[in-house]
Amino acid sequence: MNSLGTAAPRKILSALFVAACALSVALALVPLAFIMFFVVSQGIQSLNLDFFLHDPRPVGEPGGGMRNAIVGTLMLTGLAAAIAVPIGVVSGIYLSEYRGTRFASAVRFAADTLNGVPSIVIGVFAYGVAVLPFKHFSMLAGGLALGIMMIPLIARTTEELLLLVPNALREGALALGATRAKAVLTVLVPAALPGIITGVVLALARVAGETAPLLFTSFGNPFFSTSLTQPVSSITVQVFSYAISPYEDWHRQAWAGALVLVTIVLICSVAARMATARVARIRGGQ
Amino acid sequence: MNRPLVAVPRPPATSTPQQQEGQLKIDVDHLSFYYGAKRALEDISIKIQPNVVTAFIGPSGCGKSTFLRTLNRMNDIIPGARVEGRVCIDGADVYGQRVDVVALRRKVGMVFQKSNPFPKSVFENVAYGLRINKMASSRSELTGRVEESLKQAAIWEEVKDRLHESALAMSGGQQQRLCIARALAVRPDILLMDEPASALDPIATQRIEELIYGLKKSYTIVIVTHNMQQAARVSDHTAFFWLGRLVEYGRTEKIFTAPSEKLTEDYLTGRFG
Amino acid sequence: MRSRDLGFRLSIGAFAAALLLIVTAIGFELARQSWLSIQRFGFDFWRTSTWDPVAGEFGALPFIWGTLYSSILALAIATPVALGIAVFVSELCPPVLRSPLIFLTELLAAIPSIVYGLWGIFVLVPFVRLLETWTPESLRALPLFSGPPLGVGMLAAGLVLAVMVVPFTSSVAREVLKTVPETQREAAYALGATRFEAIRAAMFYARTGIIGAIMLGFGRALGETMAVTMVIGNNPQVSLSLFAPQYTMSAVIANEFTEATDALYLSALVEIGLVLFIITLLVNGLSRGLIWTMARQVSSKVAA
Repeated sequence: MNSLGTAAPRKILSALFVAACALSVALALVPLAFIMFFVVSQGIQSLNLDFFLHDPRPVGEPGGGMRNAIVGTLMLTGLAAAIAVPIGVVSGIYLSEYRGTRFASAVRFAADTLNGVPSIVIGVFAYGVAVLPFKHFSMLAGGLALGIMMIPLIARTTEELLLLVPNALREGALALGATRAKAVLTVLVPAALPGIITGVVLALARVAGETAPLLFTSFGNPFFSTSLTQPVSSITVQVFSYAISPYEDWHRQAWAGALVLVTIVLICSVAARMATARVARIRGGQ
Repeated sequence: MNRPLVAVPRPPATSTPQQQEGQLKIDVDHLSFYYGAKRALEDISIKIQPNVVTAFIGPSGCGKSTFLRTLNRMNDIIPGARVEGRVCIDGADVYGQRVDVVALRRKVGMVFQKSNPFPKSVFENVAYGLRINKMASSRSELTGRVEESLKQAAIWEEVKDRLHESALAMSGGQQQRLCIARALAVRPDILLMDEPASALDPIATQRIEELIYGLKKSYTIVIVTHNMQQAARVSDHTAFFWLGRLVEYGRTEKIFTAPSEKLTEDYLTGRFG
Repeated sequence: MRSRDLGFRLSIGAFAAALLLIVTAIGFELARQSWLSIQRFGFDFWRTSTWDPVAGEFGALPFIWGTLYSSILALAIATPVALGIAVFVSELCPPVLRSPLIFLTELLAAIPSIVYGLWGIFVLVPFVRLLETWTPESLRALPLFSGPPLGVGMLAAGLVLAVMVVPFTSSVAREVLKTVPETQREAAYALGATRFEAIRAAMFYARTGIIGAIMLGFGRALGETMAVTMVIGNNPQVSLSLFAPQYTMSAVIANEFTEATDALYLSALVEIGLVLFIITLLVNGLSRGLIWTMARQVSSKVAA
């Protein structure tokens, strides 16, 4: 056996390849570690009560915060969800119920396309539709832009989850005399609900971190505002303006804002993972 | 030390010229195999002569495929796989300290249950093993070896005009013979076949069986099959496995007409499995 | 029963139609708003490089150049890393590491682009500036490395984009590799292949899907706005140099949209948005097509 030894070059090449793959993993984790390190270390310094309770103050005055931005982001994402959840979930139901039809394929294609549209382009669209006619920026326009981004995400997740619900459940409902509508709405959707909610949460986390579509829709507001028809501040846009400004204090606040964003994203990702794992365990137990 | 369940085969009455008495091709000594904590093979010992066809039979899940794969260390790919005992090929333990597994697999070829040609042309499939093992030094030598292997696998006439078309465009039976040609191209000594005809129709199966009969002259063949009639048709020796153990091993005629173990007899007469 | 089901189908169908409506509406709206600019400049818009809003001159060549250059650069850096990760996680790594590694790569994908931009400005750019100052004189002479070491520029943009693209390409490539039948690798091993050779056989089988994954990453890079605009320098010039500050289509829209005082300026920016829309549509469509083709290949072969 040993006299028919494989040429050493092949073995060396194989070992190098394995090493290169391991190296790429390390290479990708390095920026991740770097970013997390900086966001946490820089952000935590400026994260204090003022940050959450006060609105921005002029440069030089201490005690400025991002209260208006935090509330703004919450309201914007809430608006986005109000638009996207009904359309997204119901579209998802349609896609799973009428899977094979050409219309469903077209809708699915549209959803995937919309998913790939750059967020800045969606911002331009929302500007044309919701800002230009009214001649001013507004929270509504920002919510619209974010909502449009959420729809395809929610639709696809809903579709996939509904497909995972065992057929036996549907057949059971139909056998008891339910119409298709009743079967879907009272049996299938509730069964898939945990997953759908997870999908919505993930989509929310995704749009909460968006900046580009808000730049010329909700625009920004140095003051606290909850009005739907007025421009409103958001964490992302605020971080952006602070970051490109020349002021140290604002830079520090930008890091704090970034820390808040990353924390939101982390919590949502972990929660989503735990929820999916729990569902898998329950299903496995069945 | 005598294990009551294993019968050592006597050499067949008519010996072929190449066969050397006492020169074992494969000598397995008290082999046990584990997937993690689960023991899949228990204390198997078997001796296989060169240039014979040996069939492994038994109900599904009895370990015959697992055992086959220990012979060319294909089980190494599975995490948690562990081996106890020795598997000697040409006198050397393949699980020994500094064994070159890659070279072992070139010497011990394998054909799988479902044909698995690469998504390349017929020519490229057969040439694959030659290329990676650097067994041909020129294009003409490569072409020659490919042709030789395709002829050995009795498929040359059918593919000679479409060598550069996709291998996937052929029928299941042709693909399987192509896989045999691919395995033969690297000039192994031993050919392991894991239910090679189970996915094929009767005519294709017959051609594979004829092929095996013809290859016996130059190779030592071990074939796993769940089809007892096939084992009876094709093999010189048969080994019956059950629940990870080797129950009985002997000349095919004897096993099928007068088995020593009741378990064997029950299986052959269809009482289980 | 039938009519009630029909009512159901129509009413939920209306919601689904909204998706189609939105996509077409986007296309329409973009075209409508850019019409002024298209009429005025025609194809010259994409051939000239002078971007002077004050004088009313709008040449968008630097933006297409910047977008393509930065995206291709990002692809060149990200693709080997992403494929290496995909191979490692799906073929090489011990099973216990698999889940955490997948989680970490997903985390990379989930980080908001503004955070990447922030990190880019304050950490990456100074680092790149350092790299640029250390570049030996001999290399400096080449057009690829010419210009003052500002830190902001094409190199920084390419690096940031690469980090953002890696998780996308790698997760799709990983999914694609999962669909390769195990028997392909087994066939290679049984013929005496080394680890590398067997994985190479699997990757060959999956080549269509892998190309699709790479294109998906390309599409991602093309549309990225915030991280790029914070590190690229925002200078509308066409330059081969990695060190030169340049501009991308999405960055110029982000920076100048709110400052577009007259209708022509705005229309020009929207036209850039329209082209960006079309390009990403094509790239993403192509990549999805490739991945879908591969999925079909796999299922049909298994059936055979």
